[in-house]
Amino acid sequence: MVAQTGGVAGPFNPTKSMTAGEMTLVIAGVGMFFLSILVAAKTTSAPYAFHAWLFAAASAASVLAIFNRYLDRPAAAPLAEVDGKPNYNFGPVKFSTIAALVWGVAGFLVGVIIALQLAFPTLNFDLSWISFGRLRPLHTSAVIFAFGGNVLIATSFYVVQRTCRVRLAGDLAPWFVVLGYNFFIVIAGTGYLLGITQGKEYAEPEWYADLFLTVVWVAYFLVFLITVTKRKEPHIYVANWFYIAFIVTIAVLHLGNNAAVPVSLYSPKSYIVWAGVQDAMMQWWYGHNAVGFFLTAGFLAIMYYFVPKRAERPLYSYRLSIIHFWALIFLYMWAGPHHLHYTALPDWAQTLGMTFSIMLWMPSWGGMINGLMTLSGAWDKLRTDPVLRMLVVSVAFYGMSTFEGPLMSIKVVNSLSHYTDWTVGHVHSGALGWVGYVSFGAIYCLVPWLWNKPQLYSLRLVNWHFWISTIGIVLYITSMWVAGILQGLMWRSYTALGFLESSFIETVEAMHPFYVIRALGGALFLIGALIMCWNIYRTIVTPVAVERRASEGALAPAE
Amino acid sequence: MSLWNKHQIFEKNSLILVIGVLIVISIGGLVEILPLYYLKSTIEKVEGMRPYSPLELAGRDIYVREGCYNCHSQMIRSLRDEVERYGHYSLAAESMYDKPFQWGSKRNGPDLARVGGKYSDAWHKDHLDNPRAMVPGSIMPAYPWLAKTALDYREIRSSMKVMALQGVPYTPEMIENAEKDLVAQASAESADVEAVLQRYPKAQARKFSGANGPVNEADALIAYLQMLGTLVDFKMYDGKANLR
Repeated sequence: MVAQTGGVAGPFNPTKSMTAGEMTLVIAGVGMFFLSILVAAKTTSAPYAFHAWLFAAASAASVLAIFNRYLDRPAAAPLAEVDGKPNYNFGPVKFSTIAALVWGVAGFLVGVIIALQLAFPTLNFDLSWISFGRLRPLHTSAVIFAFGGNVLIATSFYVVQRTCRVRLAGDLAPWFVVLGYNFFIVIAGTGYLLGITQGKEYAEPEWYADLFLTVVWVAYFLVFLITVTKRKEPHIYVANWFYIAFIVTIAVLHLGNNAAVPVSLYSPKSYIVWAGVQDAMMQWWYGHNAVGFFLTAGFLAIMYYFVPKRAERPLYSYRLSIIHFWALIFLYMWAGPHHLHYTALPDWAQTLGMTFSIMLWMPSWGGMINGLMTLSGAWDKLRTDPVLRMLVVSVAFYGMSTFEGPLMSIKVVNSLSHYTDWTVGHVHSGALGWVGYVSFGAIYCLVPWLWNKPQLYSLRLVNWHFWISTIGIVLYITSMWVAGILQGLMWRSYTALGFLESSFIETVEAMHPFYVIRALGGALFLIGALIMCWNIYRTIVTPVAVERRASEGALAPAE
Repeated sequence: MSLWNKHQIFEKNSLILVIGVLIVISIGGLVEILPLYYLKSTIEKVEGMRPYSPLELAGRDIYVREGCYNCHSQMIRSLRDEVERYGHYSLAAESMYDKPFQWGSKRNGPDLARVGGKYSDAWHKDHLDNPRAMVPGSIMPAYPWLAKTALDYREIRSSMKVMALQGVPYTPEMIENAEKDLVAQASAESADVEAVLQRYPKAQARKFSGANGPVNEADALIAYLQMLGTLVDFKMYDGKANLR
């Protein structure tokens, strides 16, 4: 073996060899290719065979891409620093940012479709693969895991490099995370349409998709943690604590809730090892903390980086963020049983879940205060900067839904709200208002930074996006409040003679106008997202002014 | 203040931070989940509960596949109006063989925990074909393909084996006869029905969808719906037996 002189990429280089990462991925890809072919040949399930072919194609494409890249790349690994500045790796970040936009629009669109299906059931068209029961998981997974997940991966890979002032760990590993995660989304989503599901809410993908995601997630964890370990800053920045808590906890939840035994290697079907009441508790331990760590901790990390950055103000209180962090991750894990009030789950567990859900209000609002008060001295920017406005309004929505959540976890309130659209409205005030807006705000910040543009194509379009989608959210939430409370009250109303007043179907028919309003609200939110996509597209393709280019060219360093 | 300085150990060591997070997030889950495997009320055996027959299990798999749980709960809460509308509140034991549980979280349609026996087979068949033909205001999708699709039960034996491995009391005899039992339960007159009823007490055996030909998906799904909530006899059930 010839010792490699790090960093020198000469014209003649006999020392070029495949890295350990490239070798591992090629071997894994070849192995996966043959395994997939075997499964495709032997399974009796056509949808599973389709997935096996997808796996085979993806493995083959990965191996080819790695060889192609190997032939093109210089012998030495990319430099960690150029001219004393970190040589950031933004390729995977760019990919995830675009993927988030694409999945976001797809997920919102499916949301509008299923909202319309509830208002007008003929829109199910008597077709299996677009019936509500299959599209609803597609919607939830597309917005939470595809849109939200890509936003989290993109921002975490960006923020960890910036706040640690070091290049992202790994060479192919970040690409494996980004591409692997999106491939998982494709497998999960097409599976739902074809009827492959394990029937657990927000954890519908079957065993083989879950296993693949586990591998991707471990790689994600390692890339993130090793980057943090290499940092040039003595302290780990707050945002990275939240990202770490998010990545670690989602791994634990995913493994716990998806423990299943497949019927065979050649069958997409599996049976969960838990059953009945234990499975219910496991599911909502997972389900509520998917909210707590995927949709909250991860997006709080975004808040902790992008709000101070955009407002150009320091974080309001470092100590508050310490309390916020530990209290939030500790208390969240107890809150799951509030999804199971008055069920066969023992009373003590329900009460425990309710108590901790109410306590959770405090750290949630601590975080909100920390985010909002960061604007101290910069409140005037809300008037002129619609991106900052979006970020700040997202934190306000976070405050609103983290107040509503504890309220709904109180057993008597829950006896009315549970099983109704109030829950759906609550989820969407958090999802559209908080997760959606903080993501949009972050993407509006990120794109000019990543593509080296001085600013967005149009702030006016951001303004339009903001107002159209805000009206959409308001229509959505208010219609669902009315629908949910109305239906809850109808279910429990008695006549003077002591009989139940409404048949079930009467309570369903009463929902119709609100379902139409909700669909309208969702459509407005979708239109807002489309405006955003146009704006982002124009931002990326519009060339930077010539004189700026020239000045940059002049800075090209001599040898 | 010194306490704030002590926090620096987490801010400066990524591994210690990860371990700290792991410890902090473990506590809640452990306290709430582990006891469910020891407490009497969550592991009680209730007279009448038995594993699903092969046909019911196949029907349940279709119920899961079509995502019925997105709109139908199978959990009657201990509230007056629910007990009056749907029947006795659900017991933990009633879903002890449910993998996964299908308690649901949203009622776009009514609870199904005790739907068994409430409607005729023909009603279910027509309702699956076109819900609005039976319930004009219904917003349920139609499932006309179920009665037209032959049931694929080639894996039923492996499914039962996997569940047996996980502790569901399927005997070797049950697994051995899975296909035979499945076909027998879905036909109006079969000599093997006796054996099915012996292995799976209270199972109902008939041509559920009314359609001729091989066992179809509607047969399995209706068989499952018709047994929901029928296993426990609440005239005999002693609710006080499990009070702490």
